[in-house]
Amino acid sequence: MREVHVEEITKTVRDLFIDANINLGEDVLRALEQALEVEESPIGKEILKELIENARVAREEEMPICQDTGLAVVFLELGQEVHLVGGDLTEAINEGVRQGYKEGYLRKSACHPFTRKNTGDNTPAIIHTEIVPGDRIKIIAVPKGGGAENMSRVVMLTPAAGLEGVKEFVVQRVKESGANPCPPIVVGVGIGGTLEQAALIAKKALLRPLGSKNPDPEAAAIEEDLLERINKLGIGPQGYGGRVTALAVHVNMVPCHIASLPVAVNIQCHAHRHKEKVI
Amino acid sequence: MAEIKRITTPLTDEVVEDLRIGDKVLITGIIYTGRDAAHKRLVELIDRGEELPIDIRGQIIYYVGPSPAKPGKPIGSAGPTTSGRMDPYAPKLLERGLKGMIGKGMRSQAVKDAMVKHKAVYLGATGGAAALIAKAIKKAEVVAYEDLGPEAIMRLEVEDFPVVVINDAHGGDLYEEGAAKYRRN
Repeated sequence: MREVHVEEITKTVRDLFIDANINLGEDVLRALEQALEVEESPIGKEILKELIENARVAREEEMPICQDTGLAVVFLELGQEVHLVGGDLTEAINEGVRQGYKEGYLRKSACHPFTRKNTGDNTPAIIHTEIVPGDRIKIIAVPKGGGAENMSRVVMLTPAAGLEGVKEFVVQRVKESGANPCPPIVVGVGIGGTLEQAALIAKKALLRPLGSKNPDPEAAAIEEDLLERINKLGIGPQGYGGRVTALAVHVNMVPCHIASLPVAVNIQCHAHRHKEKVI
Repeated sequence: MAEIKRITTPLTDEVVEDLRIGDKVLITGIIYTGRDAAHKRLVELIDRGEELPIDIRGQIIYYVGPSPAKPGKPIGSAGPTTSGRMDPYAPKLLERGLKGMIGKGMRSQAVKDAMVKHKAVYLGATGGAAALIAKAIKKAEVVAYEDLGPEAIMRLEVEDFPVVVINDAHGGDLYEEGAAKYRRN
């Protein structure tokens, strides 16, 4: 067994949330540059230039890309040969969030559902843990903003709805979301599983680098068709009208119950933030 | 793209009526911040017939909850939040003389109707361009509801604050017209 002190996890989580909120990923920047090449709307082009410039300013001035620095979502891939020492894993992650959001001047957005009282330190983190082979720990920090998350949905379709029913649901969801989730967006789609698994694999789908090909040819074909249909909606950057409504559609598919066809659409804004580290 | 228009606050009916959807506008002067919790309190005061903590006549409210300011900076990153959540409250503020709202995302028909009726405008700041937008904010101070933290009402001094007209006082809607123009079947 390899021993890892939980303090290392705290420090990694802290650093990842600050990094993710300040430094937009190269894949997203490339996608925005490509969008600028295909966008036809003059106002849409202006917006895309602003977003690229914003990423530069954020990086240079070490400021958050977006003031909504999100709820702190953490994907943890924990090697089964790792022995964690020095304390409680969940608390170690929450402490990393606490430190990162305070020391990185990030906004604290976690609150009570009804009183709306802020928890004050952006905890608790939303932690998804997977036990995997090996003696390493992969930590992925995903600050998830409220605007795009609010436009996300899960639906339990009937199996008769089929592939076309799934596609219609996804396109309709993007259409109804309009300008609200800060297009150009990234669309994560989870097909199959149970209610919660569909949502989880939709969120995980967002983590694949933009511009990468889905290894599952069936899912890749669905992605291609959905992206084309979504970009025909005309919503465009910021919803002001244009060719580029989505930068990418990412699909994850798993088997489901013989009676079900669950579909989840997790919408992500152009401030598509996630950073990871293996320890 | 339309010409760039420069406006200063407070806004008159004349200035508002000159703004048309798709116009790029640079705002200089004072604007106030406010989001869900502050709106709720403002409208509760109106309903009770009490004075508001700020005079909103001719003013612009920016729907924003900025990130904390780093030492030496007036404000942190400060992009718009989704405006639709303020729809239940906005008509009452427009009736009281509010002339402008800055945010992102679609408004309800009731808010659009109130804009036409009371001559007001809905302006879009670029969602997620929060570090860039912060450069146009020169000074920020909390003027009401400090207990709300990032949701407190702040008075911002802005210079050439960049926005696009989404809904004008003539019933125009950039979201509808823009998407219709680029939609393909």
